[in-house]
Amino acid sequence: MFAKQITKNSRTKAQVETTGHIWDGVQELNNPLPRWWVWVLYLTIIWGIGYTIAYPAWPMISGATQGILGPQERAAVAAEIDRFDSANGDIKAALIAAPLADIPADEALKAYAIPAGASVFKNNCATCHGSGAAGVQGKGYPNLLDNDWLWGGDMEAIHTTLTHGIRNATDPDARYSQMPKFGADGLLEPAQIAGVVEHVLKISGQDHDAALASAGATVFTENCVACHTEAGTGDRAQGAPNLTDAIWLYGGTRETITNTVINARFGVMPAWAGRLPEDEIRAVASYVHSLGGGEAAPSPAP
Amino acid sequence: MWDYIKLAVLGAIAVLAAIGVQYGWDLPYKVNAAVVMLAAAATFIVTVRGMERPKRAANMGEYNDGVVRAGVIATAFWGVVGFLVGVIIAFQLAFPSLNIELTGILNFGRLRPLHTSAVIFAFGGNALIMSAFYVVQRTSGARLWGGKLPWFVFWGWQLMIVLAATSYVLGGTQGKEYAEPVWYIDLWITVVWVSFLLVFIGTLYKRREPHIYVANWFFLSMIITVAMLHVVNNMAIPVSLLSSQSVPVFSGVQDAMTQWWYGHNAVGFFLTAGFLGMMYYFVPKQAERPVYSYKLSIIHFWALIFLYIWAGPHHLHYTALPEWASTLGMVFSIVLWMPSWGGMINGLMTLSGAWDKLRTDPILRMFAVAIGFYGMSTFEGPMMSIKAVNSLSHYTDWTIGHVHSGALGWNGMITFATLYFLTPRLWNRAGMYSQSMVSWHFWLATIGIVLYASSMWVTGIMEGLMWREVDANGFLVNAFADTVAAKFPMYVVRGTGGLMYLSGALLMVYNMWMTVRGLPAKSAVNTNNAIPAQ
Ligand code: HEM
Ligand code: HEM
Repeated sequence: MFAKQITKNSRTKAQVETTGHIWDGVQELNNPLPRWWVWVLYLTIIWGIGYTIAYPAWPMISGATQGILGPQERAAVAAEIDRFDSANGDIKAALIAAPLADIPADEALKAYAIPAGASVFKNNCATCHGSGAAGVQGKGYPNLLDNDWLWGGDMEAIHTTLTHGIRNATDPDARYSQMPKFGADGLLEPAQIAGVVEHVLKISGQDHDAALASAGATVFTENCVACHTEAGTGDRAQGAPNLTDAIWLYGGTRETITNTVINARFGVMPAWAGRLPEDEIRAVASYVHSLGGGEAAPSPAP
Repeated sequence: MWDYIKLAVLGAIAVLAAIGVQYGWDLPYKVNAAVVMLAAAATFIVTVRGMERPKRAANMGEYNDGVVRAGVIATAFWGVVGFLVGVIIAFQLAFPSLNIELTGILNFGRLRPLHTSAVIFAFGGNALIMSAFYVVQRTSGARLWGGKLPWFVFWGWQLMIVLAATSYVLGGTQGKEYAEPVWYIDLWITVVWVSFLLVFIGTLYKRREPHIYVANWFFLSMIITVAMLHVVNNMAIPVSLLSSQSVPVFSGVQDAMTQWWYGHNAVGFFLTAGFLGMMYYFVPKQAERPVYSYKLSIIHFWALIFLYIWAGPHHLHYTALPEWASTLGMVFSIVLWMPSWGGMINGLMTLSGAWDKLRTDPILRMFAVAIGFYGMSTFEGPMMSIKAVNSLSHYTDWTIGHVHSGALGWNGMITFATLYFLTPRLWNRAGMYSQSMVSWHFWLATIGIVLYASSMWVTGIMEGLMWREVDANGFLVNAFADTVAAKFPMYVVRGTGGLMYLSGALLMVYNMWMTVRGLPAKSAVNTNNAIPAQ
């Protein structure tokens, strides 16, 4: 269009007059409005009038005109939600009705729950646990891909952890336990702390000072075994981590372990009941269970 | 007598500011008070020293070009600062570890408004003020009205910039995009801006031509509308006279709508109408051709200023804003397409008959590319205001790409070309120190813009699609962090484009410096400075 305009212009240039004004040497030609410009302007105006007749547009004294076709935006969103709700209604009901322990074995339920759970996870849990669920090493956000569980890794246990959360102030049924601040509250002397740290380094198979560690073993027995057990393998009933493996929430160096013993830790997770509907909690529990560390339901106590 | 009143007022301001430094409630307030105190003290000293010297009456046969020269320097200076901060935040987005912890001062969140204000109000604002001063004098055949008032506008504007910048990095902000300055800075902006209006109207009043040249309509509409937008959007009640905090008068969706009424017309009048004013003078001057169509300029001027004002709701599609307001915003934006293009047609067609010069004159080429980018972003804008398109583009980097094709391509390029036009004329030189450096600047900037805009289109559309992607059961497929990770390579490309753009600007500064410092005067008296006889 420009090209045409330009050639036409250079052809007619000689005939076009200026307006006769001169400002600091600048003059203005009296070219007419380009035709295509005028037509497109008219078209947009006509289209605009039509559009405002069709849809809510002009403000009046009480409310705006609603348009022949009426409001669209909110209805469109509601319709989209409805469509998926009704398509997924049956499978959601089945997911909620199924005994938790049976879900991982039910192919039909799993086919729905795992992708759904992955989505719930990415939009709610990934902020702390990472979009790949590998946690954040050293920051206390546990890796969910391994089989090292703080509070249990069967469907029932994961579901409870998700529903009520951990150490939050909002859900009275939240998982709860608290390690004492052995150093900050003066429960142990610095020398004792140094010893028990060497002991922990020892049972986790790391380089340690043998003499200090054997003194630390006594400190451990007197102060730590109630939660972490004699062998140091932890206790899921209290969310007490296993200290004998290479997996650490806050890091397993001498420095971070010392810091943990002195100040303790207090990792918090929100309760998801009330934030997510039950079917989504079950879906994301199934997803987490499927990531590699999921355990079978414990056999009932004899 | 007048000097003594001035000294008394300056002294009083310095004392009040000292009280503010002592008793202010928050750090931004105290630091701003210190800046005001220093500014008042410096002005005090300058005034005292001026009293000793004999007064020299301004030469009424000459244009007031001193203030334009100062504006040229300030424009180039703040341009480099703004682009530098832009490059820093661009790389912060690519490499978050660049958010160096320094009590928050260097965080992305503090530097981003510093960037936007530095480029729009410091670089763009100085460009507009100095070119309005230059153009209104030339096209009116009259010296700037108001004696020292133009200098007050110049220094007042620089003070505003320093106050705003120092408060942003310390956390002083109203939290409204492009209207971040806190309440007392807003009051100061109002004073300076009204002075600008007075100087402009006063000069127009003295004009020799019976008609007002089209460039001046655009400048005047810009000045008046920005005054109105600024006052309404910044209405707020300070928490205390000693605090930088204030409570806005509007709340909820009314506040949001007022903010984007302001925000869009900051684009429409500051970044569009004002810069069209520049185009209407400098393009015909540089091309040595008459403006293509007087009729078109009238029609598109009135259509533009009538329509822009209603387009703001397109920034709030699919929010708490009622649907009817959203519809109107969209319709007015689309009707705005042709009025916007009227400016582009008039600019480009003015070059017809001078096309051969584009090959040889890099300055003219810059003007042409600027107009091209103006046309592109004013096509893209109406397209993005269509609800269906906006539901994809909103919140994504597509908006960022749109902003910068307008800002770098249109505002930046036309300003560079204007600086190249003005520097030799204001300093009485035969031409720029180096044409080939201008050419280099042209290519660095153009390639920089292309890298910036295209990388943002790619990431914008990609992240929009990733955000809305759902699986067969209606569940979202991607985590937000996935989209961030996917954008990384394009963020590096954008940063590189920005770096090129910045290098071009540095080359320009060097070229300007060498022109002023290294070249001999063209003639004994600067004829460009003389008001021609009737
Ligand atoms: C070297 C050149 C530049 C670079 C590298 C740059 C970079 C950036 C970056 C990284 C952002 C933040 C984007 C985000 O939050 O995702 C930004 C925002 C912005 N920049 Fe620039 N910029 C440059 C020049 C300019 C110029 C010349 C202008 C205006 C005249 C400008 C106006 C803006 C505006 C208005 C925003 C805010 C956009 C929005 O909120 O939608 N920039 N810039
Ligand atoms: C006809 C002209 C134009 C129209 C209709 C228009 C429309 C739009 C739309 C629809 C958006 C996106 C809003 C959102 O989704 O949040 C936008 C953003 C933006 N546009 Fe334009 N645009 C136009 C021209 C320009 C020009 C020439 C510039 C700059 C020189 C510009 C600067 C901006 C800026 C700075 C933003 C970002 C605002 C923010 O911070 O979110 N626009 N524009």
